[in-house]
Amino acid sequence: MSGSTIIFYMLAALTLVSGLFAVGTRQIFRAAIFLLFSLIGVAGLYFWMQYEFIAAVQIVVYVGGITVLIIFSIFLTQQAGEKMPKQKLTRQIFSALAAFCGFALIILQVFQHTFIGTTNNAEEPNVTNIGNQMLGVNKSGYALPFEVVSMLLLAALIGCIVIAMKPKPQTV
Amino acid sequence: MMQPGLYHILFISTALFFIGVFGFFTRRNLITMLMSVELILNSVNLNFIAFNKYLWADKLDGLFFTIFIIAIAAAEAAVAIAIIINLYRSHHSIDVDNAEEMKY
Repeated sequence: MSGSTIIFYMLAALTLVSGLFAVGTRQIFRAAIFLLFSLIGVAGLYFWMQYEFIAAVQIVVYVGGITVLIIFSIFLTQQAGEKMPKQKLTRQIFSALAAFCGFALIILQVFQHTFIGTTNNAEEPNVTNIGNQMLGVNKSGYALPFEVVSMLLLAALIGCIVIAMKPKPQTV
Repeated sequence: MMQPGLYHILFISTALFFIGVFGFFTRRNLITMLMSVELILNSVNLNFIAFNKYLWADKLDGLFFTIFIIAIAAAEAAVAIAIIINLYRSHHSIDVDNAEEMKY
């Protein structure tokens, strides 16, 4: 068993176990911290697959951005140290049953299927290739989705400002 | 033990997806439901990268889909948290059970 295999199983265990705790714990701040570790595990899996750019983006956006935003909003909306109320047992049992049945179905389908990949030469996922294709306007270029996503981000920015704006006091 | 490959990554991403689905079903707090959605989106990203690496390594399309999903997830989280904080200002609670009149 090589070192790469050991690292893979450690990253998988980190991702899945902290993901389980993130949806299972009753203290919301701990749930956010476990979510942080789960996202770091996913970034480690990207590093393990040698997609370093995606791993860096994952760490910057998810770990550094979204988790901090979530923790910030927890502090704004929650009393510290207060546990969330316990859920009904029947709801938990049926949710676990539904999730497990879906999991079993998908896993059976995946392991019965034989995937046939390409035999062409691999293209290196380095930043030069990514940048050339991301802003390319030829057949496999992604310039149009890039612009559409920038419009979406602008719309989200304006939408956040509009939602968070205080309503004007009524003039008599 | 086997050398990890495509099927191992697919197992992890499926498990992560259904962990997120379980959290989305059981939680009644809006912030924790948002966290479950993030887990689901992460499992989808992991799937795209695994397929790109092990099956279609001559193209970079899975990588671009992952980048766009991450950007859209960031925008979605920002808008969702703005809505949650606004809801807390008017209802003093972010449980979905207490936000019923929003649908009218």
